[in-house]
Order: sequence, then C-alpha cells, then structure tokens
Amino acid sequence: MSFQTHTGNRGLVLEEKLIFEQGEAGRCGVDLPKPDAVKSRLGGLERDSDVGLPGLSEPQVVRHYTRLSQKNFGIDSGFFPLGSCTMKHNPRLNEKVARMPGLADLHPMQPESTVQGALELIDSCAHWLMVLTGMPAVAMSPASGAQGELCGMMAIRAALDARGENRRRVLVPESAHGTNPATAAACGFTVDSIPATADGRVDLAAFEAKLGDDVAGIMLTNPNTCGLFERDVRKIADLVHAAGGYFYCDGANFNAIVGRVRPADLGIDAMHINLHKTFSTPHGGGGPGSGPVVFSDALAPFAPLPYVLHKDGKFHLVETASEQDGKKPFGRLKGFHGQMGMFIRALTYMKSHGADGLRQASGDAVLNANYLLARLKDKLSVAFPGYCMHEALFDDEFLKGTGVSTLDLAKAIIDEGFHPMTMYFPLVVHGALLVEPTETETKESIDQFCDAVLSLVAKAESGDAEFFKNAPYLTPRRRLDETAAARNPVLRWVPKNAE
Amino acid sequence: MAKYFSKEHEWLELDGDVATVGITDYAQQALGDIVYVELPEVGKKLVKDGDAAVVESVKAASDVYAPVDGEILETNEMLEDNPGLVNEDAEGEGWFFRVKIDDESQLEDLMDQESYNDFIEGLED
Repeated sequence: MSFQTHTGNRGLVLEEKLIFEQGEAGRCGVDLPKPDAVKSRLGGLERDSDVGLPGLSEPQVVRHYTRLSQKNFGIDSGFFPLGSCTMKHNPRLNEKVARMPGLADLHPMQPESTVQGALELIDSCAHWLMVLTGMPAVAMSPASGAQGELCGMMAIRAALDARGENRRRVLVPESAHGTNPATAAACGFTVDSIPATADGRVDLAAFEAKLGDDVAGIMLTNPNTCGLFERDVRKIADLVHAAGGYFYCDGANFNAIVGRVRPADLGIDAMHINLHKTFSTPHGGGGPGSGPVVFSDALAPFAPLPYVLHKDGKFHLVETASEQDGKKPFGRLKGFHGQMGMFIRALTYMKSHGADGLRQASGDAVLNANYLLARLKDKLSVAFPGYCMHEALFDDEFLKGTGVSTLDLAKAIIDEGFHPMTMYFPLVVHGALLVEPTETETKESIDQFCDAVLSLVAKAESGDAEFFKNAPYLTPRRRLDETAAARNPVLRWVPKNAE
Repeated sequence: MAKYFSKEHEWLELDGDVATVGITDYAQQALGDIVYVELPEVGKKLVKDGDAAVVESVKAASDVYAPVDGEILETNEMLEDNPGLVNEDAEGEGWFFRVKIDDESQLEDLMDQESYNDFIEGLED
C-alpha cells in the first residue's frame, strides 16, 4: 500500500492508543451518587492525590479491548503452527461443561460433604491419567508443566534422602527443554548434559559412560524436542535403574503417543502431563497451566499432598501428613486442590473422546505432522532423516546462499496469513524451523500452509532476498527492532507530564 | 601474547599468568544481536569447563564456559551498558573477563588460531 491515511488506520484495521492515553479526566462509565457521611478509619493515611486512572466511557472501554483482541492472532483465527506447546484447539464442549453452575460456582473452602461430585471428578481425572500411563499413582496439584517437573524431581530427591544417599548428578540430553536443567538445578542437583547422535536421539554410549553412583537420575523428553521417539528409551531406563538412579520423563509431548504407548512400560518413575498439550485445556492467555505427575511404585510414597481418597463410598481430600499410612509426602506445592477448572476440561475431553478417540487424536497429530513433512521435505532441509512424531523439524540448510534467514522467512509467512512456526529451537539444530500442525487441522489448511511456504522458498531461491529482509509488509506494524527492545526495554507507561 | 581458542568458542589471550577471555567472532555471529551479558563476580574461582558467564542474544541464552581454572581479576564493565560491543568487536573491546590462571598446562587442551579456523570450517560442512 503506497499511501498513508489521515488517521493512521488501515481500512478497518484500527490504530489503538494505550488506554492511559485515551479519555479525559472526570469521564466515567457509571454515574453514582456521592456517598455521604463516609468516615475514614485510615488514621490520616488517606491518599490525597489522584490515582491517575484514565477517564473513559463504557463504549470507549469496550472498543479498546475489542480492538486489541482484533490485533491478536490465535488458534481461533487461523493456522497456528507453534502447536500444542502454545495452544491447540480447545473443544467448546469443555467450556460448556466448565461453566455448568454446579462446577463454576464451587468454592474450594466449601465443606467436603457439599463437593463430593467435584472430588469425584478429580478422582476420575486422576484415574484416566493412571490408566493412560499405566502408572500406579498421580499428583494432581502441580499448576504447570514446569511445576510438574519440580514435583517429580522433588519426589526423586525425597526418595534419595530416604535411602540416605547423596546422589546429586542429573543427566539431561542437550536437546532437552530448557526447563529440565533449570528444574534439576532448582532442586539442588548438578546437571550433566548428554550429547545427541546424528539422528537426533540420545547417544547411548555417551549416556552409559556418564552413569555412576553419584547419578540421581535422568531427565528425558519422549518424544523428544526434535519430534523424534527415543527408540532406546527402554534400555536407558534399565541402565539408569541398574545404576541406582531414577527416570524422570518430561511428558510434554505425551500428545504424540497417548493411547498407544504407556509410559509405565518404558520404565519411567515420574512424568508430568501438560493437560493443555494432551488434553486440550486452554493455556497461555486462555487459562492456567496444569501439570499432573504420574509416579511409579518406587516414588509413589513421596508424592505431594493433597490427594483425593475414595473410601467407604465417600471422597475425601487428604491434606495433612498425619492422615498418612506409611506414605512420606515431600510436602505440598500449591494451595487447595490444583487447577480444578482444568481437571473439568481435561476430563470432558477424555470422556467425550473415549479411549479410542484419544488414540485417534495422537495418531492424527502424528499423521498431520508427517504429511506436512512429506510435502515440504524436498524443498526444505529436514533436520533428521525418517518419520517424525507430532512435529516436523527443519534446519536452514535449504536457505544457504539465498541471503534469507529463518527469521526472514518466518516474517514473510506472517504476510501469507499464518502465525510463524517455532524458530531457532531446539538449539541443537541450526536455524531451526519446528512445525506442529496438531491433530485438529484439516488437510486443506495444512496444504494451504505448505503451498505458501513452498512459494516463499521458490522466491528465496530466485534471489529476492531484499523482499524477505523487509517482511512483513501487511501487518499493523512492520519488522520490529527486537534488539533495541531487548537492550532498552520500555516496561512501564509514564504519563507525559511526569517525564 | 599468545592466543588460544576452545571448542566452546571462547578465546583466551595470555599475558604472563593473566588471561583475557571472551567469545569468538564466530560465536557472536552465530548468536546474532547480543542483548545482555552476565559476568562473574571479581574474586570468583573458575573451574575449567564450569559456567563462567551467560550471554543472551535475540535468539537464545547461552553459557560461557571457563577455558581454564583460575580467579576472576576484572570484568568488562562496558558490556553492562553496551552488550553490542561483543557483536562489534568480539575478540577485542568485547572481552568478558580477566582471570589469573592456576595451571598453565591446561592451555595445552586449547587450540591455536589455525586449528580453530580449521575447527569452525569443519562445523560449516
């Protein structure tokens, strides 16, 4: 577009100022009578200056937030290849059930006798997770995948303490999620990284060489961050157990194997499950995370409080260690019961899909990723040979000599109407492009994305690097200066007269 | 002054028993625009291959490892206000810290300029 509008608006794509830069003092959405005879009990500590809130009418506020929402691009707007890590489709049935008055209007401090149904729901959700993983115990309270990791590693620490052993080294593959080494370090372990093989999996010989009597365990993501199944996982479990350590599995990518692989059969001792990734609960801006952790018999006694106990036809929330029989919980991670709203949505997803539906969802996720991989692999460069699991990973070899970087290509993809894929992660792959279509995308939408990417690759090959350097062209804002934003972040709005 | 390089893309320049350490030009190019450098405290004891500093670019945060054992004598305070110095002059003005070396024999594990050039050429393939 070659002309500037007077308003700065682009057709119906509206410019929007910060809410603090709008309105005028004294304007208000409601007109209430002044309260009379209010007696202050603040002992002279009353505020005597303005709070500085913007003065806006109700329609101004409504327009402000509506316009902001229109600037957002999410899974409800279009193809969003960041995949389940960020957001996959949240079936609306989940939302309908979560809004049923009997569930939406609960309070966590209600007497237990009045919330038997809610406790049964937590127990049912726990049951599904145990059956799907084959594991004998689960802690429902962790409030995110990262807290789930912490929960699992704290249980390992507690188990080692109970054995009277001071094992402090944790093995983590170099392709692991960054949270894995961070979690181990936060629990007082030292991190020792295991190199990968040329085909993107754990180097078994290097792993074996690192085992010793100071090894607390291994933290392994399976399927891993490169979107590949760790085919030696059973061997890894046996080796770490033989060395006296525990096997923590990062279950973030359980969505690729649910209904097909039971983690218990892989020899896992603890694994968190991101309910948003595998069981379609909202995430990020849409809702709180939830990361239940399943445990093997070896770690089950150390699982944190609270948990639901079903006894004599009643459901009871066990909240104190004194109620235990032979268990040694390491403590508790969170107030109340965990993310109740997420349990409702996850259980709705499980029950509406059924066991066969969950199995189909993981199959569709892997099929979609492999279809995308097959369509793009001749023109892009595949990071690792063979089939992928739920996400397809490319390196930037195919861009070599074009003058176009992974970042430039991603920016050009925005102009085509898609959210870019994950870029430059995992770090072990040069200029990585990681694409996860998830199970809910249709063949048409995946084809449309692939066609757009292939047309951009052809354009890059034709030598038009300049076009890419200036992309995106059609967004409300053009290429942002990420370096300046990171070096000199403006984190707080300051009123003009205060400058 | 002798200059050495590690496989983790740190450079080390020796003056007596004091070494100036930074990341190589190859490393700064691979990282992209650097936005933050976390430097060790003066007086900190470094252990070879242990964490020494953190460098953060628009793409990623990466650890910088100690190429040798030793004690931190001085850090490059200019990087606090201007981390971009690392991009501009990684092997000069963009140095990270100076360290008093404990064991000079550890330098034998490092590469000279020529071997390092061969090493990064091998990575490009």
